[in-house]
Amino acid sequence: MADYYNYLIVVLLMVIGLYIVMAQANLVKKLIGLNIFQTSVFIFYISTAKVSGGTAPIVVEGAELYSNPLPQVLILTAIVVGIATMSLALALVLRIKRAYGSVEEDVILEQDKPC
Amino acid sequence: MFAISTLLDISVLTLLVVVALAMVRERDLFATVMLSGIYGLLSASFFVLMDAADVAFTEAAVGAGIFPLLMLTVLTSVGRYEAGARRIRILPLVLMLALAGALFAAVVQMPPFGAVDAPSHAHVAQRYIHESPDEIGIPNMVTSVLASYRGFDTLGEVVVIFTAAVGVVVVLLGGRPKTPQQSSQALMAEHKVLRIVGKMLIPMILLFGLYVQFHGEYGPGGGFQAGVIFAVGIILYAMLFGLSNAQRVVPLGVLRWLVALGVLIYGSVGLASLLAGGEYLNYSVLASDSVTGQHIGIILIELGVGITVASAMVLIFFAFTRATRSRDELEE
Repeated sequence: MADYYNYLIVVLLMVIGLYIVMAQANLVKKLIGLNIFQTSVFIFYISTAKVSGGTAPIVVEGAELYSNPLPQVLILTAIVVGIATMSLALALVLRIKRAYGSVEEDVILEQDKPC
Repeated sequence: MFAISTLLDISVLTLLVVVALAMVRERDLFATVMLSGIYGLLSASFFVLMDAADVAFTEAAVGAGIFPLLMLTVLTSVGRYEAGARRIRILPLVLMLALAGALFAAVVQMPPFGAVDAPSHAHVAQRYIHESPDEIGIPNMVTSVLASYRGFDTLGEVVVIFTAAVGVVVVLLGGRPKTPQQSSQALMAEHKVLRIVGKMLIPMILLFGLYVQFHGEYGPGGGFQAGVIFAVGIILYAMLFGLSNAQRVVPLGVLRWLVALGVLIYGSVGLASLLAGGEYLNYSVLASDSVTGQHIGIILIELGVGITVASAMVLIFFAFTRATRSRDELEE
Protein backbone atom coordinates (compact mmCIF):
# COMPACT_ATOMS: atom_id res chain seq x y z
CA MET A 1 0.00 0.00 0.00
CA ALA A 2 2.71 2.45 1.03
CA ASP A 3 4.47 1.51 -2.20
CA TYR A 4 1.73 3.05 -4.30
CA TYR A 5 0.26 5.64 -1.94
CA ASN A 6 1.80 8.59 -3.81
CA TYR A 7 0.43 7.42 -7.13
CA LEU A 8 -3.04 6.74 -5.73
CA ILE A 9 -3.14 10.29 -4.35
CA VAL A 10 -2.02 11.62 -7.72
CA VAL A 11 -4.96 9.85 -9.37
CA LEU A 12 -7.37 11.24 -6.76
CA LEU A 13 -6.12 14.83 -7.15
CA MET A 14 -6.23 14.49 -10.92
CA VAL A 15 -9.89 13.41 -11.03
CA ILE A 16 -10.87 16.02 -8.39
CA GLY A 17 -9.30 18.73 -10.56
CA LEU A 18 -10.93 17.42 -13.74
CA TYR A 19 -14.29 17.15 -11.97
CA ILE A 20 -14.13 20.84 -11.04
CA VAL A 21 -13.25 21.73 -14.64
CA MET A 22 -16.20 19.73 -15.99
CA ALA A 23 -18.90 20.16 -13.39
CA GLN A 24 -18.60 23.73 -12.09
CA ALA A 25 -19.91 26.58 -14.19
CA ASN A 26 -17.78 29.43 -12.85
CA LEU A 27 -14.78 30.10 -15.09
CA VAL A 28 -12.48 31.16 -12.22
CA LYS A 29 -13.39 27.95 -10.39
CA LYS A 30 -12.60 25.95 -13.51
CA LEU A 31 -9.12 27.46 -13.59
CA ILE A 32 -8.60 26.56 -9.93
CA GLY A 33 -9.60 23.00 -10.86
CA LEU A 34 -7.11 23.08 -13.71
CA ASN A 35 -4.45 24.15 -11.21
CA ILE A 36 -5.23 21.14 -9.00
CA PHE A 37 -4.99 18.90 -12.06
CA GLN A 38 -1.69 20.46 -13.05
CA THR A 39 -0.21 20.08 -9.56
CA SER A 40 -1.18 16.40 -9.52
CA VAL A 41 1.04 15.90 -12.57
CA PHE A 42 3.89 17.70 -10.79
CA ILE A 43 3.46 15.42 -7.78
CA PHE A 44 3.49 12.39 -10.07
CA TYR A 45 6.77 13.35 -11.74
CA ILE A 46 8.49 14.30 -8.51
CA SER A 47 7.34 11.03 -6.91
CA THR A 48 8.91 9.00 -9.71
CA ALA A 49 12.16 10.93 -9.18
CA LYS A 50 12.50 9.87 -5.54
CA VAL A 51 14.94 7.09 -4.74
CA SER A 52 14.59 5.47 -1.29
CA GLY A 53 17.59 6.38 0.81
CA GLY A 54 18.72 8.90 -1.78
CA THR A 55 19.43 12.57 -1.19
CA ALA A 56 18.79 15.77 -3.13
CA PRO A 57 20.74 15.77 -6.41
CA ILE A 58 23.47 18.12 -5.23
CA VAL A 59 26.93 16.59 -4.86
CA VAL A 60 27.91 16.21 -1.19
CA GLU A 61 30.70 14.31 0.55
CA GLY A 62 29.75 10.77 1.46
CA ALA A 63 26.46 10.58 -0.45
CA GLU A 64 26.15 7.45 -2.55
CA LEU A 65 22.61 7.63 -3.84
CA TYR A 66 20.94 10.67 -5.38
CA SER A 67 17.34 11.18 -6.42
CA ASN A 68 16.79 11.59 -10.14
CA PRO A 69 17.46 15.19 -11.24
CA LEU A 70 15.74 14.91 -14.64
CA PRO A 71 12.04 14.92 -13.58
CA GLN A 72 12.87 17.72 -11.14
CA VAL A 73 14.21 19.86 -13.97
CA LEU A 74 11.14 19.20 -16.09
CA ILE A 75 8.75 20.14 -13.28
CA LEU A 76 10.77 23.14 -12.12
CA THR A 77 10.33 24.79 -15.50
CA ALA A 78 6.77 23.47 -15.85
CA ILE A 79 5.70 25.31 -12.67
CA VAL A 80 6.86 28.68 -13.97
CA VAL A 81 5.50 28.03 -17.46
CA GLY A 82 2.26 26.88 -15.80
CA ILE A 83 1.74 30.13 -13.90
CA ALA A 84 2.55 32.16 -17.04
CA THR A 85 -0.03 30.31 -19.14
CA MET A 86 -2.50 30.31 -16.24
CA SER A 87 -2.29 34.10 -16.09
CA LEU A 88 -3.05 34.26 -19.80
CA ALA A 89 -6.19 32.22 -19.10
CA LEU A 90 -7.09 34.57 -16.23
CA ALA A 91 -6.62 37.54 -18.55
CA LEU A 92 -9.08 35.97 -20.98
CA VAL A 93 -11.54 35.46 -18.10
CA LEU A 94 -11.31 39.17 -17.31
CA ARG A 95 -12.03 40.03 -20.93
CA ILE A 96 -14.99 37.62 -20.96
CA LYS A 97 -16.32 39.37 -17.85
CA ARG A 98 -15.97 42.72 -19.63
CA ALA A 99 -17.73 41.47 -22.76
CA TYR A 100 -20.51 39.37 -21.21
CA GLY A 101 -20.81 40.84 -17.73
CA SER A 102 -20.52 37.40 -16.18
CA VAL A 103 -18.10 34.51 -15.71
CA GLU A 104 -20.80 31.86 -15.32
CA GLU A 105 -20.76 29.42 -18.20
CA ASP A 106 -24.56 29.11 -18.55
CA VAL A 107 -25.07 32.90 -18.65
CA ILE A 108 -22.39 33.24 -21.34
CA LEU A 109 -23.82 30.39 -23.45
CA GLU A 110 -27.32 31.90 -23.10
CA GLN A 111 -26.07 35.22 -24.51
CA ASP A 112 -24.32 33.47 -27.38
CA LYS A 113 -27.51 31.74 -28.57
CA PRO A 114 -28.67 33.02 -31.97
CA CYS A 115 -32.00 34.83 -31.46
CA MET B 1 14.11 7.21 9.97
CA PHE B 2 12.45 5.64 6.96
CA ALA B 3 9.21 5.25 8.91
CA ILE B 4 9.12 8.97 9.79
CA SER B 5 9.61 10.07 6.19
CA THR B 6 6.89 7.67 5.05
CA LEU B 7 4.56 9.01 7.71
CA LEU B 8 5.25 12.62 6.66
CA ASP B 9 4.75 11.68 3.03
CA ILE B 10 1.39 10.06 3.73
CA SER B 11 0.11 12.89 5.95
CA VAL B 12 1.07 15.70 3.54
CA LEU B 13 -0.50 13.87 0.61
CA THR B 14 -3.68 13.14 2.58
CA LEU B 15 -3.91 16.82 3.54
CA LEU B 16 -3.60 17.73 -0.15
CA VAL B 17 -6.64 15.60 -0.98
CA VAL B 18 -8.60 17.08 1.95
CA VAL B 19 -7.82 20.63 0.78
CA ALA B 20 -8.72 19.73 -2.82
CA LEU B 21 -12.08 18.30 -1.70
CA ALA B 22 -12.74 21.43 0.34
CA MET B 23 -12.11 23.46 -2.82
CA VAL B 24 -14.73 21.41 -4.69
CA ARG B 25 -17.36 22.11 -2.00
CA GLU B 26 -16.61 25.78 -1.37
CA ARG B 27 -18.90 28.29 -3.11
CA ASP B 28 -17.02 31.34 -1.86
CA LEU B 29 -14.26 31.96 -4.39
CA PHE B 30 -12.24 34.03 -1.92
CA ALA B 31 -12.06 31.03 0.43
CA THR B 32 -11.26 28.75 -2.51
CA VAL B 33 -8.31 30.95 -3.47
CA MET B 34 -7.04 30.91 0.11
CA LEU B 35 -7.34 27.12 0.08
CA SER B 36 -5.35 27.02 -3.15
CA GLY B 37 -2.59 28.97 -1.36
CA ILE B 38 -2.54 26.28 1.34
CA TYR B 39 -2.55 23.66 -1.40
CA GLY B 40 0.52 25.30 -2.96
CA LEU B 41 2.36 25.44 0.36
CA LEU B 42 1.52 21.78 1.05
CA SER B 43 2.80 20.68 -2.33
CA ALA B 44 5.99 22.69 -1.75
CA SER B 45 6.49 20.82 1.54
CA PHE B 46 5.88 17.57 -0.28
CA PHE B 47 8.59 18.44 -2.83
CA VAL B 48 11.05 19.00 0.02
CA LEU B 49 10.23 15.50 1.29
CA MET B 50 10.93 14.16 -2.20
CA ASP B 51 14.46 15.70 -2.23
CA ALA B 52 13.39 18.25 -4.83
CA ALA B 53 14.64 21.43 -3.16
CA ASP B 54 14.74 23.48 -6.36
CA VAL B 55 11.18 22.54 -7.24
CA ALA B 56 10.00 23.31 -3.70
CA PHE B 57 11.41 26.86 -3.89
CA THR B 58 9.57 27.50 -7.09
CA GLU B 59 6.30 25.97 -5.97
CA ALA B 60 6.35 27.91 -2.69
CA ALA B 61 6.78 31.22 -4.53
CA VAL B 62 4.34 30.38 -7.34
CA GLY B 63 1.72 28.13 -5.73
CA ALA B 64 1.47 29.93 -2.41
CA GLY B 65 2.42 33.41 -3.66
CA ILE B 66 1.84 34.51 -7.23
CA PHE B 67 -1.08 32.22 -8.13
CA PRO B 68 -3.38 33.21 -5.22
CA LEU B 69 -2.45 36.89 -5.65
CA LEU B 70 -3.40 36.88 -9.34
CA MET B 71 -6.62 35.06 -8.49
CA LEU B 72 -7.48 37.63 -5.81
CA THR B 73 -6.88 40.45 -8.26
CA VAL B 74 -9.23 38.78 -10.72
CA LEU B 75 -11.85 38.29 -7.98
CA THR B 76 -12.02 42.05 -7.34
CA SER B 77 -13.44 42.23 -10.86
CA VAL B 78 -15.50 39.06 -11.29
CA GLY B 79 -17.07 38.98 -7.83
CA ARG B 80 -16.59 36.83 -4.78
CA TYR B 81 -19.38 34.27 -4.96
CA GLU B 82 -20.28 31.64 -7.52
CA ALA B 83 -23.81 31.88 -8.85
CA GLY B 84 -26.35 29.12 -8.37
CA ALA B 85 -26.66 26.41 -5.76
CA ARG B 86 -24.10 23.68 -5.32
CA ARG B 87 -25.15 20.55 -7.09
CA ILE B 88 -23.51 17.28 -7.89
CA ARG B 89 -23.33 16.62 -11.62
CA ILE B 90 -23.92 12.95 -12.31
CA LEU B 91 -22.27 12.54 -15.73
CA PRO B 92 -18.90 14.14 -14.82
CA LEU B 93 -18.91 12.22 -11.53
CA VAL B 94 -19.43 8.87 -13.26
CA LEU B 95 -16.81 9.71 -15.88
CA MET B 96 -14.31 10.71 -13.20
CA LEU B 97 -14.94 7.55 -11.16
CA ALA B 98 -14.37 5.46 -14.28
CA LEU B 99 -11.18 7.40 -15.06
CA ALA B 100 -9.97 6.99 -11.50
CA GLY B 101 -10.60 3.25 -11.68
CA ALA B 102 -8.67 2.93 -14.93
CA LEU B 103 -5.77 4.99 -13.61
CA PHE B 104 -5.66 3.04 -10.33
CA ALA B 105 -5.38 -0.17 -12.33
CA ALA B 106 -2.53 1.41 -14.28
CA VAL B 107 -0.48 2.84 -11.40
CA VAL B 108 -0.32 -0.42 -9.42
CA GLN B 109 1.64 -1.84 -12.33
CA MET B 110 4.28 0.84 -11.99
CA PRO B 111 7.57 0.13 -10.23
CA PRO B 112 7.02 0.68 -6.48
CA PHE B 113 7.60 4.17 -5.12
CA GLY B 114 11.27 4.85 -4.38
CA ALA B 115 12.59 1.80 -6.26
CA VAL B 116 16.26 2.23 -7.10
CA ASP B 117 15.99 0.18 -10.30
CA ALA B 118 12.93 1.92 -11.76
CA PRO B 119 13.27 2.49 -15.53
CA SER B 120 13.13 6.27 -15.08
CA HIS B 121 16.45 6.15 -13.21
CA ALA B 122 18.18 4.22 -15.99
CA HIS B 123 19.46 5.81 -19.23
CA VAL B 124 20.35 9.51 -19.14
CA ALA B 125 19.70 10.05 -15.43
CA GLN B 126 22.72 7.90 -14.54
CA ARG B 127 24.92 9.97 -16.80
CA TYR B 128 23.67 13.22 -15.27
CA ILE B 129 24.35 11.93 -11.76
CA HIS B 130 27.78 10.42 -12.39
CA GLU B 131 29.30 12.54 -15.17
CA SER B 132 27.89 16.04 -14.66
CA PRO B 133 30.07 16.99 -11.64
CA ASP B 134 33.15 16.47 -13.85
CA GLU B 135 31.73 17.46 -17.23
CA ILE B 136 30.01 20.66 -16.12
CA GLY B 137 32.00 21.17 -12.94
CA ILE B 138 29.14 22.27 -10.67
CA PRO B 139 27.63 20.32 -7.79
CA ASN B 140 23.93 21.05 -8.37
CA MET B 141 22.87 18.48 -10.96
CA VAL B 142 19.48 20.12 -11.44
CA THR B 143 21.21 23.28 -12.65
CA SER B 144 23.57 21.28 -14.90
CA VAL B 145 20.69 19.49 -16.58
CA LEU B 146 18.47 22.57 -16.79
CA ALA B 147 21.03 25.02 -18.08
CA SER B 148 23.46 22.87 -20.02
CA TYR B 149 22.32 19.38 -21.04
CA ARG B 150 18.75 20.50 -21.70
CA GLY B 151 19.62 24.12 -22.47
CA PHE B 152 17.69 24.11 -25.72
CA ASP B 153 14.53 22.87 -24.00
CA THR B 154 14.89 25.55 -21.32
CA LEU B 155 15.23 28.21 -24.03
CA GLY B 156 11.87 27.02 -25.31
CA GLU B 157 10.33 27.34 -21.84
CA VAL B 158 11.64 30.88 -21.46
CA VAL B 159 10.14 31.79 -24.83
CA VAL B 160 6.79 30.36 -23.69
CA ILE B 161 6.90 32.57 -20.57
CA PHE B 162 7.80 35.56 -22.73
CA THR B 163 4.93 34.80 -25.11
CA ALA B 164 2.45 34.38 -22.25
CA ALA B 165 3.49 37.74 -20.78
CA VAL B 166 3.07 39.41 -24.19
CA GLY B 167 -0.34 37.73 -24.48
CA VAL B 168 -1.49 39.01 -21.09
CA VAL B 169 -0.37 42.55 -21.91
CA VAL B 170 -2.15 42.46 -25.28
CA VAL B 171 -5.36 41.01 -23.83
CA LEU B 172 -5.56 43.25 -20.77
CA LEU B 173 -3.94 46.53 -21.73
CA GLY B 174 -4.94 46.45 -25.40
CA GLY B 175 -8.13 48.41 -24.77
CA ARG B 176 -9.26 50.60 -21.88
CA PRO B 177 -11.92 49.15 -19.54
CA LYS B 178 -15.33 50.27 -20.80
CA THR B 179 -17.11 50.37 -17.49
CA PRO B 180 -15.50 51.62 -14.28
CA GLN B 181 -15.28 48.77 -11.80
CA GLN B 182 -15.46 48.81 -8.04
CA SER B 183 -12.53 50.48 -6.35
CA SER B 184 -9.65 48.51 -4.89
CA GLN B 185 -7.42 51.46 -4.01
CA ALA B 186 -4.15 50.50 -2.22
CA LEU B 187 -5.14 46.98 -1.27
CA MET B 188 -3.67 47.10 2.23
CA ALA B 189 -3.56 50.85 2.86
CA GLU B 190 -5.21 50.71 6.28
CA HIS B 191 -3.20 47.77 7.64
CA LYS B 192 -0.32 49.46 9.50
CA VAL B 193 1.17 46.24 10.87
CA LEU B 194 1.24 44.63 7.43
CA ARG B 195 2.85 47.71 5.90
CA ILE B 196 5.62 47.89 8.49
CA VAL B 197 6.34 44.15 8.53
CA GLY B 198 6.20 44.16 4.74
CA LYS B 199 8.68 47.03 4.56
CA MET B 200 11.11 45.03 6.66
CA LEU B 201 10.57 41.83 4.67
CA ILE B 202 10.79 43.19 1.14
CA PRO B 203 14.56 43.94 1.13
CA MET B 204 15.24 40.49 2.54
CA ILE B 205 13.05 38.79 -0.06
CA LEU B 206 14.86 40.68 -2.83
CA LEU B 207 18.27 39.86 -1.33
CA PHE B 208 17.27 36.20 -1.01
CA GLY B 209 16.16 36.26 -4.65
CA LEU B 210 19.60 37.50 -5.70
CA TYR B 211 21.28 34.85 -3.52
CA VAL B 212 19.18 32.11 -5.11
CA GLN B 213 20.05 33.50 -8.55
CA PHE B 214 23.82 33.54 -8.13
CA HIS B 215 24.16 30.55 -5.83
CA GLY B 216 22.22 28.22 -8.12
CA GLU B 217 25.29 26.29 -9.18
CA TYR B 218 26.32 25.25 -5.69
CA GLY B 219 23.05 24.94 -3.80
CA PRO B 220 19.41 24.76 -4.79
CA GLY B 221 18.59 27.75 -6.95
CA GLY B 222 18.79 29.27 -10.41
CA GLY B 223 17.03 31.69 -12.69
CA PHE B 224 13.50 30.29 -12.48
CA GLN B 225 13.44 30.11 -8.68
CA ALA B 226 15.16 33.48 -8.24
CA GLY B 227 12.88 35.10 -10.82
CA VAL B 228 9.68 34.15 -9.01
CA ILE B 229 11.08 35.02 -5.56
CA PHE B 230 12.27 38.44 -6.76
CA ALA B 231 8.91 39.05 -8.42
CA VAL B 232 7.07 38.17 -5.20
CA GLY B 233 9.07 40.90 -3.41
CA ILE B 234 8.04 43.56 -5.91
CA ILE B 235 4.44 42.34 -6.05
CA LEU B 236 4.29 42.55 -2.24
CA TYR B 237 5.50 46.14 -2.50
CA ALA B 238 2.80 46.92 -5.05
CA MET B 239 0.14 45.42 -2.78
CA LEU B 240 1.23 47.32 0.32
CA PHE B 241 2.05 50.71 -1.17
CA GLY B 242 -0.14 50.86 -4.23
CA LEU B 243 0.41 50.30 -7.92
CA SER B 244 1.51 53.85 -8.73
CA ASN B 245 4.36 53.72 -6.20
CA ALA B 246 5.47 50.33 -7.50
CA GLN B 247 5.39 51.62 -11.07
CA ARG B 248 7.68 54.43 -10.07
CA VAL B 249 10.22 51.76 -9.03
CA VAL B 250 9.77 49.58 -12.12
CA PRO B 251 7.86 51.36 -14.92
CA LEU B 252 5.80 49.22 -17.32
CA GLY B 253 7.91 50.36 -20.26
CA VAL B 254 11.12 49.13 -18.60
CA LEU B 255 9.47 45.79 -17.73
CA ARG B 256 8.47 45.25 -21.35
CA TRP B 257 12.09 45.66 -22.44
CA LEU B 258 13.38 43.46 -19.62
CA VAL B 259 11.06 40.57 -20.55
CA ALA B 260 12.57 40.58 -24.03
CA LEU B 261 16.12 41.25 -22.79
CA GLY B 262 16.28 37.96 -20.85
CA VAL B 263 15.32 35.92 -23.93
CA LEU B 264 17.82 37.94 -25.97
CA ILE B 265 20.66 37.18 -23.54
CA TYR B 266 19.79 33.49 -23.61
CA GLY B 267 19.64 33.33 -27.40
CA SER B 268 22.85 35.36 -27.78
CA VAL B 269 24.81 32.91 -25.63
CA GLY B 270 23.68 30.22 -28.08
CA LEU B 271 24.81 32.33 -31.04
CA ALA B 272 28.13 33.08 -29.33
CA SER B 273 28.83 29.37 -28.96
CA LEU B 274 27.89 28.85 -32.63
CA LEU B 275 30.33 31.57 -33.67
CA ALA B 276 33.02 30.10 -31.43
CA GLY B 277 32.82 26.90 -33.45
CA GLY B 278 30.58 24.71 -31.29
CA GLU B 279 26.93 23.69 -31.47
CA TYR B 280 24.12 26.08 -30.49
CA LEU B 281 24.19 26.45 -26.67
CA ASN B 282 27.31 24.27 -26.32
CA TYR B 283 29.08 26.43 -23.76
CA SER B 284 32.28 24.36 -23.69
CA VAL B 285 33.70 26.40 -26.57
CA LEU B 286 33.16 29.75 -24.83
CA ALA B 287 36.51 29.55 -23.01
CA SER B 288 39.81 27.78 -23.63
CA ASP B 289 38.90 25.26 -20.93
CA SER B 290 35.63 23.37 -21.33
CA VAL B 291 34.56 23.52 -17.65
CA THR B 292 35.19 27.30 -17.47
CA GLY B 293 33.18 27.67 -20.68
CA GLN B 294 30.29 25.78 -19.08
CA HIS B 295 30.47 28.05 -16.02
CA ILE B 296 30.32 31.23 -18.12
CA GLY B 297 27.48 29.89 -20.24
CA ILE B 298 25.40 28.75 -17.28
CA ILE B 299 25.81 32.02 -15.36
CA LEU B 300 24.79 34.03 -18.44
CA ILE B 301 21.75 31.99 -19.40
CA GLU B 302 20.57 31.76 -15.78
CA LEU B 303 20.79 35.55 -15.70
CA GLY B 304 18.66 35.70 -18.83
CA VAL B 305 16.12 33.29 -17.34
CA GLY B 306 16.01 35.26 -14.07
CA ILE B 307 15.43 38.60 -15.84
CA THR B 308 12.67 37.24 -18.08
CA VAL B 309 10.86 35.30 -15.34
CA ALA B 310 10.98 38.12 -12.77
CA SER B 311 9.91 40.85 -15.18
CA ALA B 312 7.24 38.65 -16.79
CA MET B 313 5.65 37.91 -13.39
CA VAL B 314 5.73 41.56 -12.31
CA LEU B 315 4.44 42.71 -15.71
CA ILE B 316 1.58 40.20 -15.53
CA PHE B 317 0.65 41.37 -12.02
CA PHE B 318 0.75 45.05 -13.02
CA ALA B 319 -1.40 44.32 -16.07
CA PHE B 320 -4.00 42.57 -13.91
CA THR B 321 -4.05 45.32 -11.31
CA ARG B 322 -4.45 48.01 -13.97
CA ALA B 323 -7.16 46.10 -15.79
CA THR B 324 -9.25 45.62 -12.65
CA ARG B 325 -9.17 49.29 -11.71
CA SER B 326 -11.23 52.17 -12.98
CA ARG B 327 -9.80 54.97 -15.10
CA ASP B 328 -10.04 57.77 -12.54
CA GLU B 329 -8.23 55.66 -9.99
CA LEU B 330 -5.32 55.27 -12.38
CA GLU B 331 -5.11 58.97 -12.98
CA GLU B 332 -4.97 59.77 -9.28
